[in-house]
Amino acid sequence: MEPLKDLNTRELVLNMGPQHPSTHGVLRLKLELDGETIKKCTPYVGYLHRGTEKLAEGMTYMQCMPLTDRLDYISSMTNNVGYCLAVERLFGIEAPIRAKYIRTIVSEVSRISSHLLWLATHALDIGAMTVFLYAFREREFIMDLFEMLCGARLTVSYPRIGGVKNDVTQEFIDKLYDFLLDFPSKIEQYETLINVNRIWLQRTVGVGIISAADAINWGLSGATLRGSGVNYDIRKHFPYDAYYQVEFAVPIGKNGDVYDRYLCRMEEMRQSVSILKQCVEKLPTGPIMAPDAPKFTLPPKDRVLSEMESLIHQFTLITKGPMTAPKGEIYVATEAPKGELGFFIVSDGTGRPFRMRIRAPSFVHVSALPSLCEGGLIADAIANIGSIDVVLGECDR
Amino acid sequence: MEPAEIAAKIKESYPDDVVSIRDFRGQCAIVVKKDNILKILTELHNDPQFNFDFLKDLCGVDYLSKKIPRFEVIYQLYSISHRHMIRIAAQVLEKSPSLESCAGIWKTANWHERECYDMYGIVFENHPDLRRVLMPEDWEGYPLRKDYPLEGPEEEWRGFREVLQKHEEYKKYEWNR
Repeated sequence: MEPLKDLNTRELVLNMGPQHPSTHGVLRLKLELDGETIKKCTPYVGYLHRGTEKLAEGMTYMQCMPLTDRLDYISSMTNNVGYCLAVERLFGIEAPIRAKYIRTIVSEVSRISSHLLWLATHALDIGAMTVFLYAFREREFIMDLFEMLCGARLTVSYPRIGGVKNDVTQEFIDKLYDFLLDFPSKIEQYETLINVNRIWLQRTVGVGIISAADAINWGLSGATLRGSGVNYDIRKHFPYDAYYQVEFAVPIGKNGDVYDRYLCRMEEMRQSVSILKQCVEKLPTGPIMAPDAPKFTLPPKDRVLSEMESLIHQFTLITKGPMTAPKGEIYVATEAPKGELGFFIVSDGTGRPFRMRIRAPSFVHVSALPSLCEGGLIADAIANIGSIDVVLGECDR
Repeated sequence: MEPAEIAAKIKESYPDDVVSIRDFRGQCAIVVKKDNILKILTELHNDPQFNFDFLKDLCGVDYLSKKIPRFEVIYQLYSISHRHMIRIAAQVLEKSPSLESCAGIWKTANWHERECYDMYGIVFENHPDLRRVLMPEDWEGYPLRKDYPLEGPEEEWRGFREVLQKHEEYKKYEWNR
């Protein structure tokens, strides 16, 4: 057959997103294509920018808490905990041991919840429907647990500077324990569906490979970095809350492809179950708020309505303002489900942060997206976006 | 290595560049002049005793009417192998808010520097692609500066009329109209 003489070729620019299911609603990728191959990928973010850092400068440390909920809204608890730890370090206060255990529990439950949503949507992007339904079934149970704990399901604002809002009930512990006994079999279910599924393997193995050195250089963190074989987990490097009292393994990948990042997160969920079991079994008794913390945290509503001391305390806090922080600057990072979530706070000695910087893992991960996508196919871009587990609320702040 | 020890070593190597060392709650920040910032950062990255391979974060701080020079660019450095960290604060003058880009050392600095430019107007020289990242490309002003009006600029922003017009146009698609 003779070759076609009049065949014209031209480079095609394709705008993927922001209104696209696999780009999480507000991420736009400008793809320069040669056929189906991506020659250049340029991510555009900022569609969800709400000026969180600027807002924080006008609020007291206590008032900033709901802002942190709206960063990674898939796991609000971990953002709250990260922020509380940073402010506690700034003020030089320490939460009591029971509060630390409770925070570890809610952080790990959040991690499972976040990974479940990631698994569901990532699998759906690639074409697996059943996992999506199964993962949401378990996630709903976790949402119910949160509702039982603090009355909210998504934007929880549960932890407090110096402790937590209210104590856990026995009913919560019992339900959580039931969930922990049942959940490993559910993970097996997901794995049976996709672990050796030929379509899944062809879409993920050898796709979006990033070497360990490159991953570090790009500033990747969390399971995205560990998928490349780098053993960096803040829960091990700088243990916070009750992490220094529990034993767990850090899953590490070998090849740094989409499949390895998937395996890492699946194993992380198993490790979270193990951490949670240890925390529930060891949960100590005692107070849930540090003795010097109430100086800048509002007392519980029921006590304001029944005790004169609490009423006066609330009145002074609202009218005169909160306790002032010492002058200084602090950077505290925690291992959020997406990666390293850091809060850098500059205090000028007043009751409000002079500068609050949020180091969001999703922002860094989106910046590294071109290095994963370029040279691959358009279909692989979808797998890559899913595998770095981004939430644009956190990326855009 | 302890942060204070790292700070002391840097001060010994660059006595003219290190302005001061801030120590707070066990964390150290080395305040340096911006002229040799790239040299200092390169040494911190390459020297095996430091090996700061992980740039955790890079951001700006505006000390309007509190400090001179007005701006600081903060680098949060971490070494995964040595498990130590240090903070570098480069002083940037209000008159000429610019300093060398470190995107050649850590690729992650690329977007962080773009964000710092977007929010504070600090220009990173030799940056491969210095554009706004969070704000629209035609936005005027730098929102995180302390003198930026909290309620937004007084004048209408570019494209405001067009957005209102679009809003009116799309009303015909609303239910029950």
